Order: sequence, then C-alpha cells, then structure tokens
Amino acid sequence: MKFLGNLSWDAIPWNSPLPLIAGGGVIAICIAIAAWIVLAGHLPYLWKEWITSVDHKRIGVMYILLGLVMTLRGFADAILMRTHQAYAYRADGYLPPEHFDQIFTSHGTIMIFFGAMPLMIGLMNFVIPLQLGVRDVAFPTWNSTSLWLTAAGALLVNISLVVGVFSRAGWLPYPPLSELEFSPDVGVDYYLWALLISGVGTLVTGINFVTTILKMRAPGMGYLRMSMYCWTALASNLLIVAAFPILTATLVMLTLDRYLGFHFFTAAGGGNMMMFINLIWAWGHPEVYILVLPAFGIFSEIISTFSNKPLFGYRSMVIATLGICIISFLVWLHHFFTMGAGGTVNAAFGIATSVIAVVTGVKVFNWLFTMYGGRIHYKTPMLWALGFLVTFVIGGMTGVLLAVPPADFLLHNSLFLVAHFHNTIIGGVVFGAFAGIAYWFPKAFGFRLHEGWGVAAFWFTIAAFYAVFIPLYMVGLLGMPRRMQHYDMEMWRPFILAAMVGIFLFGVALICQVIQLVVSIRQRERLRDETGDPWSGRSLEWATPSPPPIFNFAVQPTVYGEEPYWELKRRAIASQQNEGRYEAIKLPRNNATGFVTGFFASVIGFAMVWKIWWLAILGLVAAYAVFVWYAWRDIPEEKISAEEVARIDRAHRKSRAEWLARHSEKGNMA
Amino acid sequence: MTMIEAPTTAHGRPVDPYRLGRTDLATGHGEAGPASERVIIAFGFWIFLLSDIVMFSAFFAAHAVLQTATDNGPTGRELFDPSRVAIETGCLLASSFTCGLSAVATNARNLFWTQAALLVTGLLGLAFLGLEAHEFSGMIANGVGPDRSAFLSSFFALVGLHGAHVGVGLLWLGTMMAQLFVKGFGSILYRLICFNLFWHVLDIIWVAIFTVVYLIGEGR
Ligand code: HEM
Ligand SMILES: [Cu+2]
Repeated sequence: MKFLGNLSWDAIPWNSPLPLIAGGGVIAICIAIAAWIVLAGHLPYLWKEWITSVDHKRIGVMYILLGLVMTLRGFADAILMRTHQAYAYRADGYLPPEHFDQIFTSHGTIMIFFGAMPLMIGLMNFVIPLQLGVRDVAFPTWNSTSLWLTAAGALLVNISLVVGVFSRAGWLPYPPLSELEFSPDVGVDYYLWALLISGVGTLVTGINFVTTILKMRAPGMGYLRMSMYCWTALASNLLIVAAFPILTATLVMLTLDRYLGFHFFTAAGGGNMMMFINLIWAWGHPEVYILVLPAFGIFSEIISTFSNKPLFGYRSMVIATLGICIISFLVWLHHFFTMGAGGTVNAAFGIATSVIAVVTGVKVFNWLFTMYGGRIHYKTPMLWALGFLVTFVIGGMTGVLLAVPPADFLLHNSLFLVAHFHNTIIGGVVFGAFAGIAYWFPKAFGFRLHEGWGVAAFWFTIAAFYAVFIPLYMVGLLGMPRRMQHYDMEMWRPFILAAMVGIFLFGVALICQVIQLVVSIRQRERLRDETGDPWSGRSLEWATPSPPPIFNFAVQPTVYGEEPYWELKRRAIASQQNEGRYEAIKLPRNNATGFVTGFFASVIGFAMVWKIWWLAILGLVAAYAVFVWYAWRDIPEEKISAEEVARIDRAHRKSRAEWLARHSEKGNMA
Repeated sequence: MTMIEAPTTAHGRPVDPYRLGRTDLATGHGEAGPASERVIIAFGFWIFLLSDIVMFSAFFAAHAVLQTATDNGPTGRELFDPSRVAIETGCLLASSFTCGLSAVATNARNLFWTQAALLVTGLLGLAFLGLEAHEFSGMIANGVGPDRSAFLSSFFALVGLHGAHVGVGLLWLGTMMAQLFVKGFGSILYRLICFNLFWHVLDIIWVAIFTVVYLIGEGR
C-alpha cells in the first residue's frame, strides 16, 4: 500500500498552464494575505473575534464574504466558457474538452453551493435573530460549525484546481457518466466529498434556524407578527431540513458505488440510473426554492420600507410562502420530462409546476400593490427590487413554458433552459443578495454604501444580464444545446458573440461594486449611520445601534403589532425616554469547535479523495476527540454586566437623540 | 421637539391607516418570549431526528426500487436467518426499554441506577451490533457482499446505515457515562434527554427495517 494513497506528483497539472497559473496566483495571494495578517499582528484579533466567533452577526458576515469570493471564482469560470465558445465556431477554441467540462461543472457547483447558498444563509444569519428580537440563534456553536463545514467544502473544490482534477460530469453528476467506469479520476470524488461535508453544514443551519424561528421570538411576537423575511427564512430552512438529507443520501449511494463497488446506479449488477435522477431532483427542485425564498423575503422587506407602506396582503404572502414550500416537493419530474415517464405522468407534473407559478404570481401582485400609492424612494436596494420584479417575471414565464411537456421536449437541455435558470437565479437570488447587502450594510458596519456607485453597479448588472441571456434564450430556441465545447452552426454564432459582450458588461458591473466598497469605506464618516435606522425601517433590527452590540438588544423588546419597530416609533416617547431596566446578559463563549471541526473535515475529505486511509482514520479520531473536548467544557457562557449594557445603550440613545435634534432644527428653519 | 401621537382607536390600538383590513389584533402564538433552554434543545434535536428519518427514507426508497434487482444472485429468502434477526430485534427493543429506565432514574436524580440502566442499554446495543457484524461478514465471506447485486447494495447500505447510527450512539453513550462518572448530572441532563430520543428513533427505524427488509424480503 502506498503511503499517500493515490496522491503523487502527477496529480499536479504541470503541463496545462491555465489551472497552474490560476492556482499559483490564488495560492500566492492567500499566502500574501496570511503573511500580512500575521506580520501586522492581526492574527490574535482575527482568531478571537472572528474565526472562533459564535456571534450570529459575525458568522453572517463571514458567510457573505465566503459567498462573494466564491461567486468571483465562479464568475471567472463563466468568462472562460463564454469567451471559449466565441472562439469555438468550426474550431477547437482554447479549452480542450476535458478542461471545458471541468469548468462548466465547477461553475455550476460553486455558484449554487458555495456562492448563492452562503450569500443567502449569511444574510439570514445576520438579520433573523435581530428581526426576531433575540440575542442569538438557538445553537451558536453549531452555527459556527456550519460555517466552517461549508468553508471546508469550498476549500476542497478549490484544491482540485491544482491537485488533481475536478469532476467533468456536470453540477449534478448523472450516472453512468459519474460512475467509476466512465470517470475513473478523482474529479467526481472531489465533488462528492465537498458536497457531503458542506451538506452537513447546511443541514445544521436548517435545524438551527427552524428552531430559532419557531422557539425563540421576542415576547409578543406571535407567528402572524413575524416579518415576511422571517417567514420565508422559516420556509427555506424547513425545505433544507426536508431536502438536504435526500441529497446526502443520494451522494452517499454514489460514493458507495465508486468506492466499494456497490450497484445503486451502475449499468451492471441491476443498478438503476433513473433512481439517481429521481432522487437528486427530489432534492434539486426544493433547492431552487431554498435559494429563492429568502430572496423573496428580502424584497418584501425592501419594497415595504422604500414604499413607506406596510406589506400588502401579509397573510396571503404567508400562505403563498408555505404553499411554495409544499408544492416544491411535488414537481421534481419536470427536470426529466424527456426520460420516458409517459404522457400522463408528464401532464400531472406539468400542471403541478404551473401551479407554483400561480402561487409566485400572488407574491408579485402583492409587491406591486405594496408600491401602489406608496411614497417610493429609489435607493439602491429598491432599484435591485424593481430590477428583480421585471426580470424574475420573465424567468417565471419561461419556466412555465418549459413546464409544458411538448415544448420541453424541444427545449430541454438547450441554452433556453440555461437562460431560464440563470434568469431566476441571477434575477432572484443574486439580485436579492445584492439588495440585502446594500440594505443591511449600514446595520452591519455603521455606515451606508455609496449611492452613486451602487446605482451604476445596478444598471450595468441589468444591462449585462439581458445582454448575456436574451441571446442565450434565442440561440436556445434555435436549437443550440448546453455545454458545447465546439459547434459549426453558422446561425448560432452571432448570439454567442453577443453573450460574450454581455459577460464583459458583468465585469464592469463588478468593478463598480468594488469601487463602491472602496469609496464607501473612505467616505465612511460622511455616510455614518448615527440613528441605527437609516432607511426609516419597520422591523426590529432597526431598533438597535449600527453596528449592533454583541448582545443585540440592551433590553428585550416587546412586540405589539405586525411591524414592531414602526409601532415602537409611533409610540416614540416610550422608545426615546424610557430606558427600561438593564440586566446582566449571558452570552455563549467564543470557541474553536467549529473551526477545528471544519479543519478535520477538510483533512478527511482530502484523504478520502486520494484514498489515504490512515489520514482519514486519523481525522475521524481527531474529530471524535474534539467532540469529547467540547462536551467536557464547564463554562460555556460569559456574562456582560448590567452597567456595561447600560453604557452601550445610553450611548446609542444619545447619538440618536442628537441626530433627531439636529434634524428637527433644520426642519424648523425651513 | 414634538412627538406626534399615533392615531388610535377607542381601545388605544392604532387604526388601520391603509384600510388593508389589518389591525394589530392578530395575536398568533408564541407571545411568551423565547422558550426555555430545555425546550429549545429538545426541539432542535427533534428536528435533527426528523431530518435523519428523511435520510433513511431515501435508503428505504432505494431498497424498495432495487429489492428485486438480484442480478440472478440470491434473494432475501435464501440469505436471511430469521432467528438471528429475531434476537437482534429483541436486543434492540430491550435496550430501548432500559434506556427508558435510565430516564426514570435520571428524573429521580439517582446516579447509580442511571449508570446501571445506561450500561445495560450499551451492552444490548453492542450485542445487536455484534450480531449484525456477524451476519454481514458471513455474507461477504460467502461472496454475497454489496457488490454482488443492486439488491444486496441497497440491503447493506440501509441496514449498515442503521448499524452505523447504533455505533455512533454507543460512542456517545460511552462518553456520557464517563462524564456522569466524573462530574455527575450537572451539565449533561439535556444530552441524556436527547440520547433517549435518539435511541428510541433508532428502534422505530429498526422496526421498519425488520418489516420492509426482512419480513417482506423473506416472503419473496
Ligand atoms: C416560476 C416558476 C418556475 C417554473 C414553472 C420552472 C420550471 C422549470 C422547468 C420545467 C425546468 C426543467 C427544464 C428542462 O430541464 O428542460 C426548470 C429547470 C430549472 N429551473 Fe426552473 N422554474 C421555475 C422557477 C425557478 C426558480 C425560482 C429557480 C431558481 C431560483 C429555478 C431554477 C431552475 C434550475 C436550476 C433548473 C435546471 C437546472 C439544470 O437542468 O441543470 N426555476 N425550471
Ligand atoms: Cu424544478
């Protein structure tokens, strides 16, 4: 037996320069950043205050950071694919097939699991406990563990760039292609271990948030007084709890096939490939709603706030959210109408799919009626919301078209399908993440983002989106399949070129976002949020200072209506003058359990990919040791004294009162 | 600086400014504020167990699909040994009973009987695992391992997954007994509750396996 399993120097792609240079660059940047952190003496701070933090706000920020970095990585893949196809007309392009296939696989995998999911989970982490009026999530240490397990998965995918290869079987590894017989290298194994590990993290997040939302709310906050975002987050996390175990089970079966010669999905031995397709989509369709439901919630908050009106049809919104939650489990077959289920079955699933569009339509009309008659402020978050409304409706309608089985037979696996899901995921989830970041940034960091650059980023993104995906819709209608390494149909060419122009517009939008961040940080004094309520918000997170103290609320708020903070402000005298009684607050201690677990998970994953058995066993034993150590601790909490709480809260009240005095003086002069 | 009073109805409630038919009369549930730690932990653990049951159901589904895909190999009727399965079932059901006894002892804060009941639970679990390992190794030695047919793949995966859960449960149990021994009940009361839930759920899943895999498989 070899000491390092299958790992050898040949695993490093010495003779293909692209991944080597890219990987080398990334490693160099990481080393540079790490060196700067250590040399500048930031390591203790980073370790104590961030890496080991169990504070939901910090965990949320780290999730968002992870999501942004990985989205950037996925975007690099997108540039490669678009430019490659522009060259690949009656030619080979510049990416050999085995490399092109890795790129579309890693693009999809990264964007869904390590881009969109961390962005949505990060925003939920930051906002939900604040909106519920509580001090943290139900299980703070598990929350940190979720983060680091997700990061471990992301790390494995990135390691595959330089050590070995990544999967070439698509973002959902359909057998038999993904079986050992046809994918003998480590690519699919990287995919499997990355997703098995991060999947556990996501599941724990789901459990954590379901428990938090159902069992931890400020006094007076009945179910029908929760913000819309809390409702959609609840639905999304219920879907995680119900769907992610199916993903884990399916991937475990494929892993057993590949590692121990099982016959779940193999062609030989009586295996059943269609079972994989069914199982993976029984998770996969709920997954798209896991992603988009929180975005719906974000838009609900934003549209109501910037229209200066309560959300229209709150109860119908709640019903629609839960409706989507249930129906999303009844439509999975629309992803494989063409795979022989027969007319009757196809018809049933086609109709069920269209029903989802009806329920989603309820939401769209509620948003429109929220704006109707409101005083609308066109700030960046609101622009994203409006962009979302228009764009997402188009995506929904192409979805309904695909839900008609005869039409789907023509469009399945064409670029039309690719345009459909990018339309819903970019127009819904990504716009939602950007809107949420712009909206809650001042809450997280104490200053607003620069408006002008935000508006520029928005318009470039919109332009880029349509420039890329309208051509892809059209070329899909002309019959171009997805994932083509080269092609020789002349009539497809112009559309592919147009889409390439679009991807560069995306690049411009990205630069605008970076500039926005830099400019905002430099002008932070001017953009400072002194009141904690920069947008005239309506839910409880705006009752805290920006950034909120570690304990969120100095005094546990009591809720009297559907829009708790609006209510508080209307009873403004109470909120300005009565301090309430400060008490000492107990908070969970920061601890390294999450980080260490993530570390050992990465080690185990890597060892399993390369079949270094002793290392995998070592990792497992170490993980068990961490578990015992964690279980053995005596004082899991620390106390913040009543005086400290009072000091922080009084400072906030003072700053808010000063702001109010300044602004009412101005008002009097006018 | 003047404050504008919110318009209110005669009852002191704000009126419905946009005539949406919404007042703050909606009370819903959960007015009492965050639940106690005990409720939160037990509830969270229940949600975890539900997710675990979903994972098992995927393997049950796979077994249902593949149970006739024997690839001309042996069927359940030729392979299963009903008497061993009966003893296994007996061990597990008895261990669930003693696990319940440990909860009774814990409620009475009786350390000795808690430990004793947990020990018997662990030993019965160990006996179950031993029997299962014996069954598996015997089958593999006879060349009817999981790589023989899709039916056997699903059998080994489903039953093995349950076995792995029992194994992890035993590790957890051992850790808790050590902790009880060193520190007393102190900080692990809630974990004992969670372990009870876990162990009973494993029992329920075993009953399903017994029925779906062994009884129905025996009839084929
Ligand atoms: C408005 C309701 C929607 C309908 C009626 C709908 C319908 C469909 C249908 C029929 C397909 C299968 C097409 C095919 O493979 O030929 C599909 C694929 C897909 N949709 Fe949607 N969809 C809707 C909303 C969404 C949303 C909200 C998302 C994501 C946030 C989404 C993401 C996807 C993805 C990722 C795929 C396929 C990915 C793949 O095959 O690799 N869809 N949709
Ligand atoms: Cu779907």
